[in-house]
Amino acid sequence: MPVTKRNPRVRVMTGNEACAEAALAAGLKFFGGYPITPSSEIAEELSTKLPASGGKFIQMEDEIAAMGSVIGASLAGAKSMTATSGPGFSLKQENIGYACLTEVPCVIVNVMRGGPSTGLPTMPQQSDVMQARWGTHGDHPIIVLVPQSVAETVELTIRAFHLTEKYRIPVILLMDETVGHISEKITLPDPAEVKIYERQKPTVSPDEYLPYKHTESDIPEMASFGTGYRFHVTGLCHDQTGFPTNDPVEIEKQMLRINRKLERYRDDIIEVETAGDADAEIGVFAYGSTARSAKRAMLMAQEKGIKVSFLRPRTMWPFPDREVLAMGEAVKKIVVPEMNLGQVAHEIEWAVRGKAEVVKVNKINGEPISPIEILAAIEKAVQ
Amino acid sequence: MSKTKDNEAPPVIEINAEWCKGCSICIEYCPQDVLALENGIAVVVNLDDCNRCQLCDYRCPDYAITVK
Amino acid sequence: MDNFDYTTFLREKKFPLIWCAGCGHGIIMKAILRAVGRVGWDQNDTVMVSGIGCSSRMPGYVDMNTLHTTHGRAIPFATGVKMANPDLHVIVITGDGDATAIGGNHFIHAARRNIDLTVVLLNNTIYGMTGGQVSPTTPRGKKASTASFGNVEAPFNISGLAQAAGASFVARGTAYGAVQLSKYIEKGLLKKGLSVIEAMSPCPTVFGRRNKMKSPVEMYDELRDQSVPVKKAATMSEVELEDKIVTGVLTDVDKPEYTAEYAKLIAKLGGSA
Ligand SMILES: Cc1ncc(C[n+]2csc(CCOP(=O)(O)OP(=O)(O)O)c2C)c(N)n1
Ligand code: SF4
Ligand code: SF4
Ligand code: SF4
Repeated sequence: MPVTKRNPRVRVMTGNEACAEAALAAGLKFFGGYPITPSSEIAEELSTKLPASGGKFIQMEDEIAAMGSVIGASLAGAKSMTATSGPGFSLKQENIGYACLTEVPCVIVNVMRGGPSTGLPTMPQQSDVMQARWGTHGDHPIIVLVPQSVAETVELTIRAFHLTEKYRIPVILLMDETVGHISEKITLPDPAEVKIYERQKPTVSPDEYLPYKHTESDIPEMASFGTGYRFHVTGLCHDQTGFPTNDPVEIEKQMLRINRKLERYRDDIIEVETAGDADAEIGVFAYGSTARSAKRAMLMAQEKGIKVSFLRPRTMWPFPDREVLAMGEAVKKIVVPEMNLGQVAHEIEWAVRGKAEVVKVNKINGEPISPIEILAAIEKAVQ
Repeated sequence: MSKTKDNEAPPVIEINAEWCKGCSICIEYCPQDVLALENGIAVVVNLDDCNRCQLCDYRCPDYAITVK
Repeated sequence: MDNFDYTTFLREKKFPLIWCAGCGHGIIMKAILRAVGRVGWDQNDTVMVSGIGCSSRMPGYVDMNTLHTTHGRAIPFATGVKMANPDLHVIVITGDGDATAIGGNHFIHAARRNIDLTVVLLNNTIYGMTGGQVSPTTPRGKKASTASFGNVEAPFNISGLAQAAGASFVARGTAYGAVQLSKYIEKGLLKKGLSVIEAMSPCPTVFGRRNKMKSPVEMYDELRDQSVPVKKAATMSEVELEDKIVTGVLTDVDKPEYTAEYAKLIAKLGGSA
């Protein structure tokens, strides 16, 4: 009789648990956090699994401290992550900006709940999409990934580490409560097979090292503390040496460089899923767990003979504006369901430049948006 | 009387005029009145009495004075 | 008399210092560098982390691994550095506002955890960098740009706070008593656990002038006159100790240190760093 061997990597788990597992597979060595629903399971999982793999977990005294500890650990050479939700995400913003300006790789998970304020701790919203992009003050680069399922949480958690180490831009993994808490069957990656980019170490001697050098790639090489490169890191605007500068020419050069990385590498950073009919008149743009309702709605519409196309960003920021414009040029209307009052719909209106009408489907009462609701919007849009 | 023992070389007090901000701390607390302020910068006026206690060095906020 | 050479630890290209004439911060920086020199730490393995304020500008002048963070948050950043690489020596530079107003929470929790950092807290009883606003350590009655009629609040006893919160080493010194201060810092560097050295630092520019002390020297005189060694203080009454600065080693105890305890946990779980 054949023995069915169970693959130990095939498991049923929540998005939060999967995020923790994937971070470990990506080589996570430091996690600093502070408990908050609906993200706490990520910290709980890592509090046991990180030390068992030689990494470090610490529950800090608040989210500000957690974010600071993550930046410090990354500067000492560790792949670092924190996880939080709404109110905690607000508290982290100043130090997120610090990581953006100083180009310190780190991953910030925000499992979105309802807001503002304490809001809806156990219910989903997609209310932090704009905050994820513009939460900290000043022009800054940031990458935001939005998984729709547990399986995709695994992929995008690993990708978050890959991108942050590669580009020295902080990456926010923006899950919604539904993705964080839903249980699904997935196959965990074999850590031995997970290949992610490792930050570029200095190729020059300490004497020649410039921590913020203008290089051809726009990405300076990064030394770790304790490796003989005694460099200075500051949240003040700095020149190539890392020390503060008031020289307008150099300030502009550095600011443009750090922000330029997003546009320059957008095609590597941006990932979208497209589906549906090429000759559709109606497009649907959706992300996170709402995208699953949206896809279902598309199928229901197609059964009724309505041609629909579908666009789903896996990368929310930088915004997939060209992909959205392409959809806008092909369809008459774009239906945008989101669990907020239309944060991304505004961005789409900007991206399509009047080529298509944007139809918003919004819900902020803590309930997910159902396929029926999106279908109704699609049906109304074709009339 | 000189504070330098006969067999010892006399103290060398170096003052970096670029860094000195003329706060007078070294002057006021020198136990031997070795130093004075001239045009807003510390100067040595009485090297013979220096006992090399280095209090001026310890207390100069600006790394402007060293005693060897 | 020693032949300590500061230049090993200085980024001389960044001189002269940003601090005002007579500011105590430069003296305290010297006391730190001399202490590091005496314990023989390699500057490649030493990290200096600061928050924001006049005091927190120090790392820019020191040739080590240096990290100038956000206001109040030096200790969390330092905690991350130390945890990620416990072999590094980590010194935290902070001000009274930085550590006990905006960063007060981190300060007490670092003490509670007893993580192996040496915190040198430059207490000038004012917000220097932002122009002389009242701080959590401004004495009652003293003037500040946000306390024009004299401070009506009670000040923190910072060393007392650190002691109560569990730091394994606490000492208080002054920029006037720079030689002793350096000795306290040396002890703090060597201590396994959280060390807090509160260093009283005159701010002639925004505190002194507003409080009728015309010259830096007047402020140093006052520090000298107010200082009472801890042994002598033990014989004095509370009334006598009012307005006095008790100097010396206030706490020096051995207790479990955070990163060492964490290393034991990793070993127990069979993980390898
Ligand atoms: C979040 C934040 N709030 C306020 C400030 C403005 N700020 C800069 S330094 C400072 C106070 C510094 O005082 P202290 O820590 O006592 O240091 P000192 O300048 O006196 O050495 C303040 C309020 C800031 N930089 N960041
Ligand atoms: S070493 Fe002592 S005696 Fe000599 S100048 Fe300095 S303070 Fe005065
Ligand atoms: S203490 Fe230093 S800065 Fe002040 S007067 Fe003397 S040498 Fe000059
Ligand atoms: S304002 Fe005060 S604390 Fe700041 S540098 Fe000047 S004297 Fe020092």
